[in-house]
Parts: sequence; structure tokens; C-alpha cells
Amino acid sequence: MNKVSQQLYLSSSPHIHSGETTAKVMRAVLYSLVPACAVAVYFFGLSALLVLLLATFGCMATEAVCQRLMGQPVTIADGSAAITGVLLALNLPPTSPWWLTLLGAVIAIVIGKQVYGGLGSNPFNPALVARVVLLISFPVQMTTWSAPAPLGSGLDLVTTATPLGTWKNAVMLTGQAPVEMQGGMTQYFLGNMPGCIGEVSALALLLGAAYLLYRRILTWHIPAAFVGSVVLFSGLFWLINPAKYPSPIFHLLTGGLVLGAFYMATDMVTTPVSPRGMLLFGAGCGLLTVLIRLFGGYPEGVSFAILLMNASTPLIDRYLRPRTFGVQAGKG
Amino acid sequence: MCAAHNRLTEMKMKTFAGGIHPPDNKQWSAHKAIEDCPMPAELIVPLAQHIGAPSVPCVAVGQQVFKGQEIGSAKGFVSVPVHAPTSGEIVAVENRPHPWGTSLPAVVIRPDAEDRWSPELQPAEPGELSPEQIVEKVRQAGVVGMGGAAFPAHVKMSPPPEKQINTLIFNGVECEPYLTADHRMMLEEPERILQGVALLQYVLGVERVVIGIEANKPDAIALMTEMCAGTPVEVISLEVKYPQGAEKQLIAAVAGLEVPSGGLPMDIGVAVHNVSTAAAVTDAVVYGRPLIERVCTVTGPAIREPKNLRIRIGTLLSHLIDACGGLVEEPGKIILGGPMMGFAQLGFDVPAIRGTSGLLLLRHEDVALQPEGPCIRCARCVQACPINLLPTTIAAYARRDLSSEAAEYCAMDCIECGSCSYVCPAAIPLVQAVRYGKAAILAKKRKA
Repeated sequence: MNKVSQQLYLSSSPHIHSGETTAKVMRAVLYSLVPACAVAVYFFGLSALLVLLLATFGCMATEAVCQRLMGQPVTIADGSAAITGVLLALNLPPTSPWWLTLLGAVIAIVIGKQVYGGLGSNPFNPALVARVVLLISFPVQMTTWSAPAPLGSGLDLVTTATPLGTWKNAVMLTGQAPVEMQGGMTQYFLGNMPGCIGEVSALALLLGAAYLLYRRILTWHIPAAFVGSVVLFSGLFWLINPAKYPSPIFHLLTGGLVLGAFYMATDMVTTPVSPRGMLLFGAGCGLLTVLIRLFGGYPEGVSFAILLMNASTPLIDRYLRPRTFGVQAGKG
Repeated sequence: MCAAHNRLTEMKMKTFAGGIHPPDNKQWSAHKAIEDCPMPAELIVPLAQHIGAPSVPCVAVGQQVFKGQEIGSAKGFVSVPVHAPTSGEIVAVENRPHPWGTSLPAVVIRPDAEDRWSPELQPAEPGELSPEQIVEKVRQAGVVGMGGAAFPAHVKMSPPPEKQINTLIFNGVECEPYLTADHRMMLEEPERILQGVALLQYVLGVERVVIGIEANKPDAIALMTEMCAGTPVEVISLEVKYPQGAEKQLIAAVAGLEVPSGGLPMDIGVAVHNVSTAAAVTDAVVYGRPLIERVCTVTGPAIREPKNLRIRIGTLLSHLIDACGGLVEEPGKIILGGPMMGFAQLGFDVPAIRGTSGLLLLRHEDVALQPEGPCIRCARCVQACPINLLPTTIAAYARRDLSSEAAEYCAMDCIECGSCSYVCPAAIPLVQAVRYGKAAILAKKRKA
């Protein structure tokens, strides 16, 4: 049996592969979002579940239609459209009407992704593109928040303001932080506060992120730099005037910061590839978030901050290349 | 608990930045003692087996030759002679299929079964030789780097006078998965290796001598440490990580120095030799014997009985397979060397040469190609690259024939270890594209 009758592979090295695939990476990201989705359904009930399903299937269907129309192979099985859908849902209010959710799904896939050439080619995070378009176009629906009504509590979803919104209103009216805020830091951490579907539970998001870190799909650079710079810059203002500016802890636990830092700002396609680039990207997101939250017209600035940094990703990649082995710093 | 502990100790161990952890698959042959491969019916000895100018034949068809007799003469400084691996008759001097993928000049010998050494080859007392005489003996014996690249050893032993070598590193890392030839050499022939280590140390006039061994060979580390006790030779255990055995990465791990971009180890006062090369230096200097055999790991899931064989240079791969009980199934890929940097072969009718550290037979299921997808910029290639390059960026430029842009991103610094291609979830042939880009950059330079 020394003759080779069958065809041989003849290619240059390496001859083995890790077995990792894009689909496996995407699946792991989806698994990591399960705790956040579960908490959202617990606090906001069936309406949150409906938004999640509509956004996910909306994105997958839109991607399939786009690819079919362009005569390309349909790749919705790779999971990337599903991730966009879940992330979009997590960035929408739990009471979003069905048409708003579906419109968001179409915007995310068509304007956020396919017009640029599909997976890997989009400069901006597709889910955030959709969220921002919806926020600007339908401000009422996109800022109608509900207090959580945990399953089995018998409560109905009641319209209310987010902690960040409460603070912004008070500052605009009185120039001071509100005397009393609904809930406390522990409740914010667990997710018992009004907000987008996915941004409420820092705990659930961190659980998922820990899994991604363990699977080495996520590296610490962007989340650490993002969170670190939010703490730094918000802390600076807080120290200057604690009567007006909220504490860094408040910044961390409210709004979309955890969701943004660990999931939205870590989208591989739209962020830098070098470690130094990632650190700068994260730090930029943090600074812009604090500036928009404290001085902008919107109470929340995470989405805008990330999109602005997405735009600077090619520039960061160009100028913050890793130092090549054997090349002295400053000479590369 | 144990795994966590291992991880901790590994973190403290010396290594380089970047790299990957492919399954090492050395369990098939690591425990197998070196066996002599039976004499084949014919030996096909290529005249080009090393980096540099091929040797020129100095024998004629019909001539009887002794074992160890020169059959190809060196041509120029970066070149080495080639010798008869046994005694017998020259039956042909012609082009034959070569592991480099084409037909190249070779001397074909029919062994006479007597295996008689050339009477001209005499042992020497190394203590009576000058460094120059030792280097000359190494050159005459055709000693090349045994790790795979086959760079003539005498060139590395005679650096220009302005490049003083102060650290001599011996490479016992063997970081390629599957291969165990160096491992067995260290276990079974440590005296031969250490004698060569001492000779190289003497020739280069070096104070610091280090043998670097990957931590997955604890028996070799223990034995070498024991045997080096009381000598100036230091044995260092290195983290199990590919490409720990690449020259630049080994130097970074052992000496904490970076070989400058475009430069050589001698530029920072370092010389690196493989442990098996040290053994070949001993043979050349002490016994006067040229490099006509080597240890080669024949392994992989498609071979019946994986072995570490002592083979004559010029033995056909088909003969090596027969010596290992034949094939279990049709191979999907025949590889000379390891799975990360070895060379795929067209068939079994090529001979093993001086750089053949392994013959690896993978099945179809081991090498089936995954369909390529778009880059999702996951940056795993960036994290894996031991040279800190942006493989995905260079590959993208190279594939669009933008070679100046590829060069600007330091494509020429790539050591082609293949870590980027190994980790890429989109199965993009990254290192292959970088190689293409490097060739284009060189072609452009030649034209200019």
C-alpha cells in the first residue's frame, strides 16, 4: 500500500488549522448574550421577548433577501446577522412597537452592513447605526421607558424615565443633580431599572463577557480602556462639583455603558486590530460618552461615542501599528 | 487545579510574545528509541541539500565509492560538499525528483552491502586542533543546520571579526508538532551533542552557552541538566509554545534580545545551532565522519508504526514508510518536516535529505480545506504573530498586488511560521499571501 492513487493535497505550510471558524466565534457571542436576554425578559416580560425575536429574525431575513437580490450566497447560517439582531434588540426600549423593531433590523442590515459589502466590510457597528437612525427619526418611541415589572410581580409596565434621563432633566431645570433618585446602585447592577432591553443588568452582561474573555473571543483592552476612561473623566467632574455631576459608579451602572463597553465597542469588524489601537479606541469611547452625557443634548452618549470612534478606526489602525519585532521604537 | 497550576508555572517560564498552542501530537513517537533504518536498494543523493550554491558532482557513473567519500564538491563559501552515505557503485548522475518540488541533479548509488568507510577519513584529537582547523573539518564534512533550514554550519562558525559572539544558544526546542528526532537525540546521544557544544564554544570563544528545551520534554531537560552540571553550559526550560524554536524567538526567550529587522543573530552577538547539528559537528571533528545520516521522525495518523529512524541521506520516502509498517490508509498529505513549516510532497519517490527532520503522513480528514470567508478583523492573527505584524493587512495588500504597501507594513520581517493562518477563523491563507507578497517585493527590488 505504498502507492498514492487518490489525490493528494499539495499546498504550502501550515498544513494544520486550529479548527476555529467564523460561525463558531459568532455562536459563542450569541451564547454569551443569553443571560442578558433572560434578565431582560424577566424584568420586561413578553414585550421584550417579542422585540428580541422580531429584531433577530428581521435581521436574518433582511440579510437573506439582500444576498439573494445581489446574487450572492446566503450566509445567514454564520450567525453574524443574528448577532446584529440581538444586539439591536438589546439597544431598543422594551416597549418598542413592532414596526420600529423591524425597521431597525432593515436599517442595520441594509444601511449598516450590506451596502458596504457585507460581513467584515462595514465601518460602523450595524446595530448602533440602526439605533441612532431610529433615535433621531422617532425620538418619542425611542425614549419611552418603562419601569421593570418582574415576571410574577403582577405589575404592568409603567412609563417612567431612566436614571440618566432623570439626572439630565434635573440638571437642565435646576443646575443641580436631583435630590432623590429611584432605586440604588445594587438595583442598577442587577438590572432593576428602566432602560433599553439589554442595558439594564450589568451583572448579566458581565457574566456573558466573562465567557467571551475565557473563550479568548474578547480581549480586555477595549472594555478596560472604555470603563477606565469613563471612571477617570466622570470622576474628575464629580470631584469638582459632586452636587451637580453624578459619581463614576452611577455612570458605570446606568445607561448603556456596560453593554456598550463589552459588546457594542468590541465588535471586531469596526474596531482596531492592534492592542494599542484598542486601548486608544476604548479610551476615546469613554471620553466622548462622558462629554455627551454631561454636556450633550441627549442623556445617553454611548452609541454616539462608539460610532464616532468607529469612524476613526482606520486612522487608528494606520498610526498605531504594533512595533515590529527587531525594529526599534520610533524608527518603524 | 493541576491545569491551573501548569498554566501558572508556564507563565513564569521564559518565552517570547505572541505564538500559538497547537496540539503537539508527539506522543506517537516520543517514547520510541532511535532505530536504524534498513539499507535501501538505492540511494539518491541530491547535490543541492542546503541553503547556498549546490555542490558539483565529482564522481562518474560506474565508479566505486566508499562510505563517506565526497561525491559532490562545494562551490563557493556558502556551500558544502555532499558524501556517499554508504559504499557502492555510482549508477547514475542525473536529475531526480527532489523534496523542493522539482527535479534536481542527484548522484544515485547502489549499495554494495559492505558499508566500508573511506580510509581517508581519520579520527582526530580535538584538543590539538585550532579553531580554523575545526571549522574546515566541519565544512568538509558538509555539516548543515539540522533543524530544517540546512544552512551551512561552518558559515555560522566563522563570523566576520567585527561580530564578536558572546552567547551561544543550542536549539533543543523542537516546537513543530509531531517531531521527536531532536528529543530522542538529547535522550540517547547526549555525549555526542555535548562534545559538539564544547567544540562550538571553543571555536567561537564564547562565555555563555545555553541549551533551550521546551518544557514538554522534562526527561531531556533533566538529563541534559544533569550532564551539564559543573560545566559552563546552562540548560533552560522554555514555555511550550509555537514557534519557540524559531531562531529569533529562541534568542528573545533565552537572552531577552531582539535580532534587528533585516539583521542576523551575530549582529547582537548571538549564534544559534540545533542540538543535532552539534552532534554532527562531533562526528565531523572527532571521528572525521561527514554528515551522511540523520534521525528522522516518521509519524502521523496515516502511518502504521510511528518511529524515530536513523536514516541515510538519499533514502526514498517509500523505503521509510516500509520501515514503519506501511500505511494505515491513503494519506491526504505527505509532508517533509513538521505540519507548521514542512513541505508537502507530490509522492513517495523523493529522497530524504540533510534537513529532513520528519516525514509526516496526514489523512484527508486532517488536511481538508475549510472554505475561505471574509476577514472579520478578529485580530487573532495580530495576537499570534511572533513578529508583531498585522498579517491580515499585509495579506490583503499582497493579494491585491500592492507590494510597496505590503513592504511598508514590514512584510519582509515575516518569518513564515504560519501561526496567523493556523488561528484564522475565516481560513484566509494569510502566511501564504504574505509569502507571495515577499516574493513580489524581492522581484521588484531585483528589477530596480
